[in-house]
Amino acid sequence: MNRFLILGTALAALFAAPAFAQSPTTLLNASYDVAREVFAAENEAFIKQHPGVTVDQSHAGTSKQARAIVEGLEADVVTFNQVTDISFLVKQGFVTDDWQQDFANSASPFYSFPSFLVRAGNPKNIKNWDDLARDDVKVVFPNPKTSGNARYTYLAAVAFAKEAFGGDEEKIEAFITKIFDNVPVFDTGGRAATTTFVEREIGDVIVTFEAETRSIAKQYGTDKFESVVPSVSLLAEFPVAIVDKVVDKRGSRDLAKSYLDFLYTEQGQRIAAEFGHRVHNEKISTEFKDEFPEIRLVTVEDVFGGWPKVQEEHFASGAALDKIYGSR
Amino acid sequence: MSAIRTGRKPPRVGDNPLFRGLLIGIVLIVGAILVLAPLILIGFQAFSDGWRVYASTLVHPDTRHAILLTVITALIAVPINTIFGIAAAWAITKFDFPGRRFLLVLIEIPFSISPIVAGVAYLFVYGLQGLFGPVLDTYEIKILFALPGIILASMFVTAPFVARELIPLMQAQGRDLEEAATSLGASGWRTFLTVTLPNIKWALLYGVVLCNARVMGEFGAVSVVSGNIRGQTNTLPLHIELLYHDYQAAGAFASASILAILAVITIIAKVALERQGAGRVPRPALVTQVAVASETKP
Repeated sequence: MNRFLILGTALAALFAAPAFAQSPTTLLNASYDVAREVFAAENEAFIKQHPGVTVDQSHAGTSKQARAIVEGLEADVVTFNQVTDISFLVKQGFVTDDWQQDFANSASPFYSFPSFLVRAGNPKNIKNWDDLARDDVKVVFPNPKTSGNARYTYLAAVAFAKEAFGGDEEKIEAFITKIFDNVPVFDTGGRAATTTFVEREIGDVIVTFEAETRSIAKQYGTDKFESVVPSVSLLAEFPVAIVDKVVDKRGSRDLAKSYLDFLYTEQGQRIAAEFGHRVHNEKISTEFKDEFPEIRLVTVEDVFGGWPKVQEEHFASGAALDKIYGSR
Repeated sequence: MSAIRTGRKPPRVGDNPLFRGLLIGIVLIVGAILVLAPLILIGFQAFSDGWRVYASTLVHPDTRHAILLTVITALIAVPINTIFGIAAAWAITKFDFPGRRFLLVLIEIPFSISPIVAGVAYLFVYGLQGLFGPVLDTYEIKILFALPGIILASMFVTAPFVARELIPLMQAQGRDLEEAATSLGASGWRTFLTVTLPNIKWALLYGVVLCNARVMGEFGAVSVVSGNIRGQTNTLPLHIELLYHDYQAAGAFASASILAILAVITIIAKVALERQGAGRVPRPALVTQVAVASETKP
């Protein structure tokens, strides 16, 4: 055992364990699971402006993160990809209910939307949502019952159909059912769907967030895939909030605020854009104009009357999604 | 085993060469598909983007910290569980007491329930909304989302490993030797060190190796209580998942290869210890063992 202890000590010295001590010069940012790279870059830039500050990152599915914070994970700020998970923190008394007024654009420094990634050369000529309902097209996206990402896809398709068919419920349902019929496998999550599309080579198009389509192309070869942006899609916000209960306890509110403010600065927005997110800052939007084709975005509030209503009319058991999903 | 070998040789299943070849062939093929191929693929994938990416993943502070954290967890969890395992096995096999069967079942529980249940259970006990959470919070004691929580979760999952290896063996060996040693005047501690321990050491070692491998690889339970803070509470298995989800396949496989290497080191350590042990102490006959125990009595 002694030998192990010596080995352990040697390893500890070798790796130089970082300090576990907490002081207001550290921040913990609880973020969503695929945000590692973008926040690594944002944090590096932020720390350059605030020498002596450390920003720690926690990454997991945001529902899990919200749960962990309620159970005692001391995150000063959250940077999520689902508004509903911050609502959960509000309900539990960790975030004040006017959090969306604390920062610009409903506290969403950047945004994305469901978009398409097709195989190189776009052999099936997929341009818009109605192409997904064609007989000769196979579509890949995860199960909307288990994946937040796919819920956006489902809602975006419904939003398109609502406009296309002038609100004719029967035609909308038939259209969405057709798209669902074109999905050969429903994976449980976005990452599994990517594996299906890229590695098992199933399907002609994968529907996921635009930022995600870029990551996939970057990882698996930009010569093998191309990004296609539909005419209209659904705004997916990336909301941020200060976790009031934690910053009040730790006395880190000022640092937390300056961190989230930084995401809105020109530098912070440029970094987000470099990682495939769309930003509100006009100068940066113009700078990245060529990379981000124009698109008209609709919101959950405008088309569906807000998240609680969406939940009730579409995602509750026995609601619209179950009817379509069950008819398969 | 030896009972089967004695006496006239009865016809056995393995005597048919065709059947034997078929059986060995099937096992080898299935083994290759199930175990060998994925392991080799990890190696290939880890280097798919070249040495440079592999090296840069490993020198990254987050990866290094994940390795360190995994090793620290094992260094704390494995010895504690080893002592617990010996104590539990000893108590169950050498003593009669009410609740013995209950203790046996209790030790088995972590084997049969999913690790995620263990993690969630710890949330209910130590979480801010849980049983002791508010008290711990008042005294600023951090268990969840910090090292203690990771160690506790790992210990829960691996609690049965040592005891499970020892109990059947100690049961088969019975209590005669210990009773003989005691009647010759050896103290309890001496009886354990000179009579029991030499008899169980290989099973013990095997249990420790299994326990260690599982602690290092544990994902589910740790995932719930870790908080996934990079550079602080991200163990190697969690780090691998993070990289994989982040479209850093090469990095994920590079980290996975480290975990595989740690596992191989564990096995090599076991084999080396076995050899060393076998060379130094020729296993004494049972009688001399008891005699030694009584002779060296102070």
